[in-house]
Order: sequence, then structure tokens, then C-alpha cells
Amino acid sequence: MVNSLEVRQLAYAYPDGTQALFGVDLSIARGERVALLGPNGAGKTTLVMHLNGILTPGHGTVAVAGTPVRKDTLKEVRQRVGLVFQDPDDQLFMPTVRDDVAFGPANAGVRGEDLDRVVKNALDRVGMLEAIDRPPHHLSFGQRRRVAVATVLAMEPEILVLDEPSSNLDPAARRELAEILRSLDVTVLMVTHDLPYALELCERSLILSDGVIAADGPTRELLADAELLARHRLELPYGFAIPAV
Amino acid sequence: MGAGHHHQLYLPGGSVVHRLPPQCKLLAIFAFAIVVVATPRERFWAFAAYAVLLGVVAAAARVPVTYVGRRMVIEVPFVLFAFLIPVIGLGERITVLGLSLSVPGLWAAWNILAKATLGVAASILLAATTEPRVILIGAQRLRLPSLLVQIAMFMLRYMDVIMEEMRRMRVARESRGFEARNFRHIPVIARSAGALFIRSYERGERVHLAMLSRGYSGRMPIIQDMSASAHQWATALALPAAALAVLGLTW
Repeated sequence: MVNSLEVRQLAYAYPDGTQALFGVDLSIARGERVALLGPNGAGKTTLVMHLNGILTPGHGTVAVAGTPVRKDTLKEVRQRVGLVFQDPDDQLFMPTVRDDVAFGPANAGVRGEDLDRVVKNALDRVGMLEAIDRPPHHLSFGQRRRVAVATVLAMEPEILVLDEPSSNLDPAARRELAEILRSLDVTVLMVTHDLPYALELCERSLILSDGVIAADGPTRELLADAELLARHRLELPYGFAIPAV
Repeated sequence: MGAGHHHQLYLPGGSVVHRLPPQCKLLAIFAFAIVVVATPRERFWAFAAYAVLLGVVAAAARVPVTYVGRRMVIEVPFVLFAFLIPVIGLGERITVLGLSLSVPGLWAAWNILAKATLGVAASILLAATTEPRVILIGAQRLRLPSLLVQIAMFMLRYMDVIMEEMRRMRVARESRGFEARNFRHIPVIARSAGALFIRSYERGERVHLAMLSRGYSGRMPIIQDMSASAHQWATALALPAAALAVLGLTW
């Protein structure tokens, strides 16, 4: 079976010369939920921007479900990679929740009743169907994040990429989002430095540090290795401990 | 989020005027304004008839006259300007209540007042019966420049977000003991405005990325199909047609 995501020797330097990625290798199989861990400045966001072709690799390749990310495949790739941004106000730019969720599929040419069905289905999957006609800025932060997830679910992506999904959520909203993510039947790449959240949702984790993948393994094992975490400026919150396996 | 659930100009309802597709209303109001502006200022009766026509629309839309009246306040600066013209105008003069006024100035003032008042009242009726976002869908359907429509759309969406950011910056300033009291504080406010501009610009970039990620290619996709039937066009255009008939009758 083709992997949902295949990144080979990806290197990237920003136009000002700052090298952010130094040869990243990773592959994610279909149906996996993987956490990408790393401190601030490790290159997580830069890597994410490559996954749907917003940035073009300086070296190396990215392939989504076997399709290489290139200029001529951008349209297809962007439909397959569902990027959920950190600030839902950046993601929800249309006047109503309905219009926002419809934006992606409508760009792909879905119209009329089909569009309506796709929108309702996506909102139902995140439990936000009753908010369909409300303007996004009248929703709570947690609700906005769920709608943001719906906007990309509506495009039926091959892989869902979430940038810091738990940031700014209160404990209940955090749990609700976790339940929703667990109920979805899609491949997930979750970029975060919220280690307990990664443990809760993802079997497998990658540590991105200084522009390379520094570790790749079962989340529980990585998080139990305090020395490994410390080397990459990661640590469990106060009071947490994961027994070594 | 002071605007509440609806925009402050919008008066929710289900009248025949509310239900008309936005592009019909936009075009009708535009045509009405053209007829009003084209009417020679000496035709007092025509202007009275136009006002009656707007009254009929307001009644059909169930928009109370007081509601329109309150929102007419926006016209006040123009009214003040109009009152100045006869005082400073040149040419033949007459004396009214001991004040020497210019006759061409009086005509000009009347011209501005009558036409602006009708135009403003018509716009208020449009805003009261059409949600702002729907007006923009209408503008999109009328093939107004797509870039301008999109800019207006984003303004509508992000106004609250930016106001909230502005409020947070003010709170941050005031928490550190700053309060704008006199003009020497202007540089501080100006720097805040600059910072706000940069933040908004960066947000714009992030929003653009989000749009690209969902397949945006320069045009807003058509999400709500709001095509208008011939009957709806006829209903909406009855207003400018009636106005045109008035203009013809008083010729």
C-alpha cells in the first residue's frame, strides 16, 4: 500500500539564508496517527508548509499518497493534505460557518445539493452542525477550532495535518477535540509540543530537532526517555511521569 | 463583538423586500439614485413623489419610519455643509429672517439636500433588508471587480478580530499606566497603530496561506446560488421604473 506521506531528504533554507531543515526523512502509513514533536524553532512549521506545497523544497522530495508535490500537482496535493492552522481566525475567513466549510469543496467544483451534503457531513463529524449559519467570530475558541477541522475534512483529505491542535483550549475543549480526532477515520499528523496530548492520541511520534528527525518510535517509549527529551528541549509537564517500558 | 448577532444596520425580517435577491436590490437602488440625480432641481413635485415611493418600499419591507430616521443622522455633516452654501454663495441675494442669502446658493443647497436625503434613505432601506454579506454576494453576481468584493468581504469578517486586537493593545498600554490625554501622546498611539497594521498584514498572509491550502485560485467560489427570476427582477426594478415615470410626468 502507498504511504499517505513520504518525505525524502527534505532540506530548506529561507530566502534570507537561514537553514531550517537539513534533510528530513519520514513516512506515514495510511490510517496512522503520528505526532511530530519538537521545541519552538525546530522547523516544525517549515516542514508543515512543505506538505502542501506552500514552500518549495530546496532539496529532496515530498509525496502525498504517491503523488509528488510539484507545481503541476499542487491543486491535487492541496486537496489531499488538510492543513489545520494554529489560529482558527486565520482558517475561518468566510462570513458564515457554512460558507467556510464549503470553500474548499466549492473550489474543487462541488456545487448545489452535493455541496450542501458535504458541508453538513463535515460539520456533523466535529459536532458543530447546529452552528452552520453562524458567523465564525461568534463561536467560542474551542468551537472555532472544531469548525477549522471541519473545513479541511470537507475536502476528504488523505492526511490531516494539525498545527498545535491543543493550544489555547480549556481542558474540556481539549478533551472534546481529542474525542473527535480519535473518531475520525483519516491519517493524522499532529504537530505539537504538548507531550501528554501526543501520548493520548498518537501511537507513534517523531522528534524534529535542529532541522532533522532526531527520533522516531512509539510515543510511550520516546516520552519515557527523559534524557532523549532533555536533549531536544522537550519535557513532560510538572507531575507527569511515564514508566519505562 | 459589540455588533450582536446581526449587523447593526440590518433589521431581520421575511418581507418581500427582504426576500429579493441582493443583485436585484443593488441594481434597483443604483438605478433609482441615477434617476434622482438626473432630476432637475426645480421639480419639487418629483422629489416629493420619490420620497413617497421610498415610503411605499419601507412599508412593504416593514421597516419603521423612525428606524430610517435614526440612521439618517449619518447625513448631518452634509446638511451642515449645505446650509453654509447660501451664506457664502455669490450672485443675486435675498433677505430671509434678517440673513442675506445667495439665491443660486439656496438652489444648490436644496439640490444637495434633496438628492442626498433620498439617496441615503434608499441605502438605509437596502441595508435594513439585506445582510452585509448578502449584499456582497449580490455585488459578486453583478460582476463588480472581484478583487474589490473580496476586500470588502474580508473587511467584514476581520473587523471584529482587529477591533479586539486594538482593544487588547489599549488594555496593555493602560495596564502600564499610559492614558492618552494630550497631543504629546500621539506618537505612542501612532506606534500602536503601526504595530496593529503589521499584525493585520501578517494575519493577511496567514489567511492567504489558509486559502491556498483549500484550493483558492484567485476567484471566490460560488457557494450560494442566488440567481434571480424574471419576476424578482421586475419586482425590484419597479422602484426605479416608477421614479422614471414620475420624472417623465413632471417634464
